Amino acid sequence: MLDYYNITEEFSEEEKLVAATTKSFTDNEVLPIIEKYYSDGKFPMDLIKTLGELGLLAVTLPTKYGGSELNYVSYGIAMQELERGDSGIRSFASVQNSLVIYPIFTYGTDEQKNKFLPKLASGEFVGCFGLTEPDFGSNPGGMLTTATKTPKGYILNGAKMWITNGSIADIAVVWAKLDGKVNGFIVEKGTPGFTTIEMKGKHSLKASVTSELIFNDCLVPLNNRLEIEGLRGPLSCLNQARYGISWGAIGSAIASYETALNYAKTRIQFGKPIASFQIIQEKLVWMLNEITKAQLVSYHLGRLKDKKLDRPQQTSLAKRNNVDIALQCARLAREILGANGILNEYPVMRHMANLESVKTYEGTHDIHTLILGADITGIEAFS
Amino acid sequence: MNILVCISRVPDTTTRILVGGDGVSIDTQGVKFIVNPYDEYAIEEGLRLREKNGGTVTAICVGPDAAKEQLRTALAMGVDKAVLVKTDKYFDSYFAAKNIAEVSKEMKPDIILLGRQSIDFDSFQVPSYLAELLELPSVSVVSKLTIEGNKVIAERDVEGGKEILETELPCIISAQKGLNEPRYPKLPDIMKAKSKPIEEKQPVEVEPKVSVIGMEIPSRKRIGKILADTDADIEEIVKSLHEEAKII
Repeated sequence: MLDYYNITEEFSEEEKLVAATTKSFTDNEVLPIIEKYYSDGKFPMDLIKTLGELGLLAVTLPTKYGGSELNYVSYGIAMQELERGDSGIRSFASVQNSLVIYPIFTYGTDEQKNKFLPKLASGEFVGCFGLTEPDFGSNPGGMLTTATKTPKGYILNGAKMWITNGSIADIAVVWAKLDGKVNGFIVEKGTPGFTTIEMKGKHSLKASVTSELIFNDCLVPLNNRLEIEGLRGPLSCLNQARYGISWGAIGSAIASYETALNYAKTRIQFGKPIASFQIIQEKLVWMLNEITKAQLVSYHLGRLKDKKLDRPQQTSLAKRNNVDIALQCARLAREILGANGILNEYPVMRHMANLESVKTYEGTHDIHTLILGADITGIEAFS
Repeated sequence: MNILVCISRVPDTTTRILVGGDGVSIDTQGVKFIVNPYDEYAIEEGLRLREKNGGTVTAICVGPDAAKEQLRTALAMGVDKAVLVKTDKYFDSYFAAKNIAEVSKEMKPDIILLGRQSIDFDSFQVPSYLAELLELPSVSVVSKLTIEGNKVIAERDVEGGKEILETELPCIISAQKGLNEPRYPKLPDIMKAKSKPIEEKQPVEVEPKVSVIGMEIPSRKRIGKILADTDADIEEIVKSLHEEAKII
C-alpha cells in the first residue's frame, strides 16, 4: 500500500492494528462484491453487521456506549481503508460515526444516549442525518423545515433531500427551525407523518442509499430534542465527517494509483510496458506526489484533532484538497488505462464517479474555498 | 485449559527484501513486520479452544523489543496475556525453542500451538525442537484438530490425501493453512489490548546450533512456457500448476 513517506511508522500499535483490520475487511468483504452492488445500484446491507462487530461504526465513542474508544487518527485510518473499497461504504460509516452517533453523544440527553448509542454502534440501528433541503444546500441556514412545540411534542413539517441512508435508517437526526432557530431532533422510523423516498437515477455513489425525508405534521416526543441550538450544532457534525472524508479520499486515490501503476507495468505497447514512457511516468508521479501530500495533511490534522488543537478551517483545507486530488488521480488513472479504464473490471471509473459526489457533499469544493478565503482575509464572500 | 501459542515476528509478505550490509541479515530499513501468517492459525485455534473449554491463552515470542507489536496483535485478537523473551541478537530455531521450552516448563500448558513454519527463514524446526526439549508428543502441519477430554485427533494433509493421527494432551500442534479462518482484531478489542500485560523475560543464553554465513537475492530468471490447447498441453498445464506452482 502506498506510503512513500513511511507515515505508518508514526502510527501507534493500536493505529497499526486498526489499519490492518480495516484493510482485511476491505480486501475480503468489500472488494469481492462491490462492483456487483454498484452495477445493481444497491447498498450491501449484509456488511452492516460486520462493520458493527468490528467496531467501525463507533470508532471514537466510549466503550460504555458500545464504541471502540479509539482516537481520531484511528478513525481516519478506518475511513481511508473503507473508501479504498468504495466511497459508498465509507459514506455509510461516516454518517453513522460522525453525523448520528456524534451529535447524540455530544448533544443528547443521558436517556437518548443509553437508548440509541449502543444500537447504533453495533449496527442494529442505522442512522441518517437530515440537514440539506431541496432548495438549501450550501446555505443550510435558510432551511424551511419547521418544528412547533406543543404539549404532546414537536410537530415537524418540511422535506430533506440527498440524505445518505435515509430509506434504510431506523432513526434520523433532523434539523428544523424552532422559533426561527435551528434545532436537532431524533425521529424514529415509523413515526406517523415521517416518510422517505429513495432517490433513483444516480450515476455516482450507486452502492449507497440516498433519500428524501418528508415530514408532514410529524409528532416527535418532547424528549427527542437534542440539547443544542443554532447552526453550530449541525456544522460541528459536518466538521467531524469532513475530517473522515479527507482520509477517505486518500483511500480512493490509492486505489486509482495502484491500479494505474500495475496496469502501466504490464500493458505492452510498441513492444514495451507503457510504464517506460515518460508521459505515463509523469502521470504516476503526479499521483504519488499529491497522495503523499494528502496523507501528511490528514495525518497531521488527526494528531491536532486528538490534542483538540484543530480548527474547522483546517478540516476544510484537508477535505477540499484531498477529494480534489483523489478525483484527479481517478481521471489520470483512467487515462493510463485507456479504454480499459471505463470497464468495471477496474475500480477507477467507479471511484471517479463516486468522487464527483464526494467533491460536492459535506461542503462543496467551492464553499470550502470561500471558508478558507474568509479565514485568511477576514472577509466573508458568501454572507 | 492452559494454552500456549508461540508467535514469531516476520517481514510482511509484500515487503521487498534486500540483503543488509553485513551479508548475513536482511536490511530492515522500511521493512514492515507482521505476525507470521501460520501463527495466526495457531492463535485462532487457541482462542477457539478457550471459547469451548475455558482457560487462558498466553502468547509467547522470542525476539526484539519491537516484537511487542506482534504480541499486541495477538492480544487484540483475544489472547489473554503475553510473554516476550527479549533478545536483540541473531538467534536460530534452537535458541527460540529452548527459550520457549523454559517458559513452558513453568507454565505447564495443556497444549502448545504454533505455525508450521515461520515465513522468514522457513526452517520448520521449532515444533520438533520443542517436542524434544519438553518430551511431548507433537503433530505437525495440522489442518484439522479435535480435542475431547485428553484425546487429540489431528488431521494432516499428505500428498493426495489425509492422514489422521491420535495423541494425548499435553502435546504440541503446528498449524497448517486451512486449520481455521483467523479473526481480525475488532476495534474495541484493539483498545482493550492496550491494558493487557506483556511480561518481559531475559533469555536463557545458549549457543546457536546453526549460524547464517551468507544471504543472496536469487537472480530472477523467467522461464516462460507457451502451451496450446491440445490434450497433452492441458495435462502439462495442470501438472505444472500442481507440482511447480502448487496452487491446485
